Amino acid sequence: MARALITMPKSAKRGEIIEIRALIGHPMETGYRPDANGKTLPRDIIRSFVCRYNGEQVFGAELHPAMSANPYIAFHTVATESGTLEFTWDGDNGFSQTETVAITVSG
Amino acid sequence: MNLRRRKLLAIAAALVVARPALATTAEMKAAIAAFAGGAEPRAGRVTLDVAKLVDNGNAVPITVSVDSPMTALDHVVAIAVFNERNPNTDVVKFALGPRAGKAVVATRIRMATSQKLVAVARMNDGCAWSATADVIVTLAACVEGDG
Repeated sequence: MARALITMPKSAKRGEIIEIRALIGHPMETGYRPDANGKTLPRDIIRSFVCRYNGEQVFGAELHPAMSANPYIAFHTVATESGTLEFTWDGDNGFSQTETVAITVSG
Repeated sequence: MNLRRRKLLAIAAALVVARPALATTAEMKAAIAAFAGGAEPRAGRVTLDVAKLVDNGNAVPITVSVDSPMTALDHVVAIAVFNERNPNTDVVKFALGPRAGKAVVATRIRMATSQKLVAVARMNDGCAWSATADVIVTLAACVEGDG
């Protein structure tokens, strides 16, 4: 399990645009770097990131080796209703992790 | 005969001079064209925020914002970032929709050397907009064994 950090407001007014910042611990090995013996290290990256709001996708990203290690993505969404936001990262070597954060929407 | 030769030389010279202004590597051009899906990206509406001089190419913060109301009728469908000189021209592609509320995304990328970055946004009506930034990198990513 990689360490994931998600920063977003716990509550919001209906219709408010909230900022979500998601970061996950991952080396994002590019597949171009040599190791100590000069052999190229195999690629090991996170390839996709998806954010679902009560099951419906509101944001997605396709990642390539040019993303920094411990990929950080900040984006926005409209707070429509109370519920949960689900964040999923998928990558090479069967990497898959999902985090959920609850949000309370008032008004 | 001499005049014609001169004319030809002038045309050839003009072509050589005119070229570099539009120069992006063929690979990046092809990737942008594939992403834009036929529509030629026009400059504007997209803002690519990145430092002009970067100390560490391993983590370069970038912010892409697109001037769009983000309503169901008029919104950004996707934003992509391309580079010219990394081993791979793709950097990242974001999928957005009206529920994004605001077409602003930020992330951190790797840059192998000083180069040009291009951000392209595709709208729901099929047109594409782009922004370009030149970045100077002092410590490059992916060159050393560990970084």
